[in-house]
Amino acid sequence: MAAMATAGDVTALAQAKARNAVLQDRFFRLLTLACATLVVVLLVGVMISLIVGAWPAINRFGAGFLVTSSWNPPKELFGALPPIYGTIVTSIIAMVIGIPVSFGIAIFLTELCPSWLRRPIGIAIELLAGIPSIIYGLWGFFFLAPFLQKAVQPALINSLGKVPGLGLLFGGPAYGIGLFTAGIILAIMVLPFITSISRDVFATVPTLLRESAYGMGMTTWEVARSIVIPYTRVGLVGGVMLGLGRALGETMAVTFVIGNSHRISASLLAPATTISASIANEFTEATSELYSSSLIALGLILFVITFIVLAVAKWLLVRAAVK
Amino acid sequence: MAGYAARRIRNNIMMGLSILASVVGLFFLFVILATLLYKGLTAITPQMFTESTPPPGEDGGLINAIFGSVVMTVVAIAVATPVGILAGTYLAEYSRGHWLGEAAKFVNDILLSAPSIIIGLFVYTVLVVPFGHFSAWSGAAALGLIALPVINRTTQDMLGLVPGALREAAAALGTPQWKTMLAVIYRAARSGILTGVLLAIARVTGETAPLLFTALNNQFFSWNLSQPMANLPVVIFQFATSPYDDWQRLAWGGALLITATILVLNIVARWVAGAKSSL
Repeated sequence: MAAMATAGDVTALAQAKARNAVLQDRFFRLLTLACATLVVVLLVGVMISLIVGAWPAINRFGAGFLVTSSWNPPKELFGALPPIYGTIVTSIIAMVIGIPVSFGIAIFLTELCPSWLRRPIGIAIELLAGIPSIIYGLWGFFFLAPFLQKAVQPALINSLGKVPGLGLLFGGPAYGIGLFTAGIILAIMVLPFITSISRDVFATVPTLLRESAYGMGMTTWEVARSIVIPYTRVGLVGGVMLGLGRALGETMAVTFVIGNSHRISASLLAPATTISASIANEFTEATSELYSSSLIALGLILFVITFIVLAVAKWLLVRAAVK
Repeated sequence: MAGYAARRIRNNIMMGLSILASVVGLFFLFVILATLLYKGLTAITPQMFTESTPPPGEDGGLINAIFGSVVMTVVAIAVATPVGILAGTYLAEYSRGHWLGEAAKFVNDILLSAPSIIIGLFVYTVLVVPFGHFSAWSGAAALGLIALPVINRTTQDMLGLVPGALREAAAALGTPQWKTMLAVIYRAARSGILTGVLLAIARVTGETAPLLFTALNNQFFSWNLSQPMANLPVVIFQFATSPYDDWQRLAWGGALLITATILVLNIVARWVAGAKSSL
């Protein structure tokens, strides 16, 4: 009888323990779910807060905000065109310079580089990604901008600046700071991102494919151009889009060297501004509600643009990985 | 085979360009670090670690900014680490194939690369405007929001590497799932998760844009997290763009300090991750 009772107790105890375990599991699961959901809530929250903050400006200027180029705080007239223009032009310059250099490094690392050198160079390029943007800005402001002003820009003005049509892009005095310098800084900054993704997707090319191509007598360049790049193009475009997302939203490096001028000039050498640089430079000085609201509206535009670019990048990279 | 010589030349040119690209990339890393060392080393003095930021024309250091950066980073990481690990746990362990999980992974990857200045604007509207003043709490919140997706993502990746057999073995012993996670899976993935946290610290250390209108700046040493607090990145920005030589020199010193910290964190993170893979 006593033995039976003990067995019953043991069963009851085991059941209680199991029930506890189920409850604890449920609790742990809910806790992790809450944390995972928080990330989504956060993104939605960012969106809502930007829309609410931008509302006075949206209300006042409407869609015309996007195409107006005046920026006049005393008169409370704000237009987003110059920052949008600056953001796009600096990013284009960054991509034009950054993409070929990144692909070059990636080809070097996967096709040419002796294996003992591969890891150190890969790490060095990735360290370049770790340097914070303010350091790039500082370096750009004190070294790159004066260097370009003295050595590079006068040469550009005297050569390309004389070409009809193209000359418009390289006209005017050499300021040092401006779209061109910001674009170069951005190119250096996106380099590691595009390089490391390109290198990773290049590595997904099946050895068989590569060896067959070499076996047919293709040169390294032909293998890269006709086999590796076509095979990995989806992933490459994804990597480029990721780099573009960085370039569009980059703030401090650009703020140092862009010149903060709300004027659209034909010349790439002229000072300009970007969305993020305008916000960084002016937000704490924005005294009126409409002024800060206009800056938040700029932030909203930037958020929407980068969201689209990053979403496309992510989608392409997932597709490349599935293949 | 008439084109063979041409193809060879073409190949040599293109491969030459690819080597040149690598040299250019490494050159910039080298030049930036060399500049930092050259300008920064002369600025690093014992005084930098004992005195607060000076008015222009006077001697001073950066201790208030260093302290502020450390405090805000510690608060940010202390909150972001558990939340990020738990979120990563859900996404890696519980949400396989579920649309909500896929959506959360997607959103996290977007946040990972989203412009940090947007995070600053967000924190400004939800934490600075309602309280009516800038504060170190809001600066820490902004940094935490930047660290969170980094930790979340690395946790996902690292838990994905833990063999399923470990989970099955624990389940076969009747271990509750939460206990399996804490005692077995996290332990198996701990160096990877630690790498993620270190990388998050490295990422947060140099962030400037989100602090500009959250923590702002403070000329004085402050313990009060409810008030504006000095921090290295904003001081560097302010001092570098000032016309005063001694301020600019301090900016370079601070810049070297930040970069050295980040490079060390990156290298340690790599080492931690590498120590695991060699096991």
